[in-house]
Amino acid sequence: MFAYTIRRLLMLIPVLIGMSLITFSIIHLIPGNPALTILGQQATPAAVAQLEEQLGLNEPYFVQYTDYMLGLLQGDLGQSLRTNTAISGDIWPFLAATIELTIFAMVFAVIVGVNAGIISAWKQNSLFDYTAMIIALIGVSMPIFWLGLMQQWVFAQELGWLPAFGRANPRDPVETVTHFYLIDTLLSGRLDQFSIAFQHLILPGIALGTIPMAIIARMTRSSMLEVLRSDYIRTVQAKGIHQLSIVYRHGFKNAVIPVLTVVGLQTGTLLGGAILTETIFSWPGIGRYVFDAIGNRDYPVIQSGILIIATMFVFINLIVDLLYSFIDPRIKY
Amino acid sequence: MSKPVLEVNGLQTHFFTDRGEIPAVDDVSFHIQQGEVLGVVGESGCGKSVTSLSIMGLVPDPPGKIVGGEILYRSEGKETNEENLVELSKKRMRQIRGNRISMIFQEPMTSLDPLFKIGFQITEGLRNHSNISKKEAHRKAVEMLTLVGIPRPEEVVNEYPHQLSGGMRQRVMIAIAMSSDPEVLIADEPTTALDVTIQAQILELMQNLNKEKGTAILLITHDLGVVAEVCQRVVVMYAGKVVEQGSVRTILKNPKHPYTQGLIKSLPKLSERDTRLYSIPGNVPKPGSIKNGCRFAARCPAVFDRCLVENPELLQLEDEHLCRCFLYDNKEGGGKNGETALTGSQRP
Repeated sequence: MFAYTIRRLLMLIPVLIGMSLITFSIIHLIPGNPALTILGQQATPAAVAQLEEQLGLNEPYFVQYTDYMLGLLQGDLGQSLRTNTAISGDIWPFLAATIELTIFAMVFAVIVGVNAGIISAWKQNSLFDYTAMIIALIGVSMPIFWLGLMQQWVFAQELGWLPAFGRANPRDPVETVTHFYLIDTLLSGRLDQFSIAFQHLILPGIALGTIPMAIIARMTRSSMLEVLRSDYIRTVQAKGIHQLSIVYRHGFKNAVIPVLTVVGLQTGTLLGGAILTETIFSWPGIGRYVFDAIGNRDYPVIQSGILIIATMFVFINLIVDLLYSFIDPRIKY
Repeated sequence: MSKPVLEVNGLQTHFFTDRGEIPAVDDVSFHIQQGEVLGVVGESGCGKSVTSLSIMGLVPDPPGKIVGGEILYRSEGKETNEENLVELSKKRMRQIRGNRISMIFQEPMTSLDPLFKIGFQITEGLRNHSNISKKEAHRKAVEMLTLVGIPRPEEVVNEYPHQLSGGMRQRVMIAIAMSSDPEVLIADEPTTALDVTIQAQILELMQNLNKEKGTAILLITHDLGVVAEVCQRVVVMYAGKVVEQGSVRTILKNPKHPYTQGLIKSLPKLSERDTRLYSIPGNVPKPGSIKNGCRFAARCPAVFDRCLVENPELLQLEDEHLCRCFLYDNKEGGGKNGETALTGSQRP
C-alpha cells in the first residue's frame, strides 16, 4: 500500500510536467505577436517591446520555460498584467471559495445520491425506486442556471428563507485567514457569521450538486443491483444478518468503486469552477476569476488558473485510485 | 425414534413470472432426524435448490413465494419447541438462520465476500447471534479453520477470499456454516464446482462433522455416487415433486420408480467399458408445463393410460419406502399387470 502510494506519486511527475508544457505554450499558441494581442492593435511599438521584455518573450523558448518552471517550483505563478500583483496571492480567495462550495455540493450530492441509489436498488421497482429515478433523470437533464434561478425565486425572493447572493454578509465582514468562510468564522469565534456563511452555501451548493447527485444515484443503483444479486450476498443472508447491514456493509462496499470513480470525476469538474452557477449566485470562485482574465486577455492569470485546476483534477484522481486499493484488496498494481 | 429435527410438509413454492405462476416446488414432504444425513437427488431444475432456499427463508421474493405447506423445526432444549419456519417473523427467522440451521452453497468461488477477511466472515454470524469479544471471535475463527482442516489457520484468518483455492473456500464456507454449531446443515451441491479429489475431501469433512458434532445434514446433489457414500436416507425429486423416498440401501438396490431406476441405470459402471452410457430419453419438462397426469409420463418406459390423466399420489411401499407411481397402486385402475397397460409400440 505504502510502496504503491509512492509509485503513484512518482508517476505524477511526468503528468505535471506535461501539464506545465501545455499551459506554458498557451501564450505562444496565440496567432501573431502575443504582446500585440494582449495590448490590442493600437499599441505603440514601444509598449509592445516593453511588454515583451516584461514577459520575457524575447528570450529563447527553452530559457522562457526554464524560468517558468523555476517560478512554479517556488510557488511563483507570475504577475497579473492588469493589476501587476502576484497571481499566487490573488488566486487563493477565489480558489478557496470554489473549494468550499464544491465540498458542500459534493457532500450533498453523495449523501443524497448514494442513499437514494442504495434504497432504489434494495427496493427495486417500488414506488421509491420509480420516484427517485425520475427525479434523478430530471436532475441530470435540467439546466443548472434555470434551477439556480428558480431556487433564488422561491427560497430567496418568495419565501425569504435563504440568501441568494455572495458568500457572507458584506456589511459585517469577518477576518479572513484561510478564506474558507466556514473555518474563518469559527476561528474568529463568530457563530452567528458561521451560520450566515452556511446559509449562503445552501442554494448554490444544491444547484451545483444536483447533476452529480443524479449521476451518483443512478450509478449507485445499477452497481448495487448487480452486487445484491451475487452469491456472497446470499451467503451473508444465510448467516441471519439483518437486511440493513447486508445492504449497507456488504452490498455498498462491493458496489462503491464505480460510484467512487464518478464522485472523483464530478469533484474534479466542480473544482474547475462552475461559471454559470458562480455568476448566478455572485459566488467569487475560480471559474469567474479565470473567465474575467480571459475577457481582459490576462494571459498569465489564464495560464495559472488552468494549471491549478488541472493539478487539482490530477490529485483528485490520485486519491480515488488510492481509495480503490484501500477498499478492494484484489486491486494491486 | 425421536421426532425429526426438521420436517417439511406439503411445501409449495411458486414463482410468479410474466409467463404465469410456476410451481417450482409442488407438495414436497420429507423429514430429517437428528444427526442424520439425508440426500435430495434430482436433475437440474427439479426444485431441490428452491426447497433448500425455502427452508432457509431465502427464496428471492419477488418472484418466489411459499404458497403452501409447513416447515417444522424442533429445537431441543429443556422442552422440545416446535416452530413453523414459514410463519415465523423476520426477526425470529434471522435468529434461526445461520445459527440453528446453516447452509453452504454450490459456488465456493463466488460465495465469499471478496472485500472482507476470512476471519471476519466466519464469525460475522456468530457475533450477530451472540455477543462475543473481538479476541474471542478471532480465537473462534482459528478454531473453525482448524476444524475444517485448513493449514496455517492463524494466517488464513487475516487473508482475503481471492488468496484461497476453490477447495479451501468451500472449507471456509463450511467453517462459516458450522461456527454456530447448528443442528441442521443444508449443503446445496457442495462439491459440484470442485474437482474430484477435492470433492472426496469435502465429503469426508462433512461426514466427520456429522459424526463428531451430530449435525444433521441435508445434502442436495445430482450425484448418486455421493448419496451412496454419505447419506442414510434419500429423497428423489422430479419436476418439483418427490417421486421416491427411502433408505439409501433400498433406493440403490431396489428402486421402484421408473425415474429412479433410470437414474441408477445411467450411472457409469466399471464392468461395462465399451457400452454406451444409458440416459433417460427426453428432457426435464419446463416447470408448470404439465398440468395433468404424472410429470414423468412423457419420458417413462412403463407409461400407461392412467399416467396421462391422473396425478399419482405418494404410496407407501414399505415402512420407510415411498414411491409416486401407479405401477404400485393396487387399489384401483390397475397397476403394472392391469389390463390398461400399454405396450411399447402403443405408447403416445
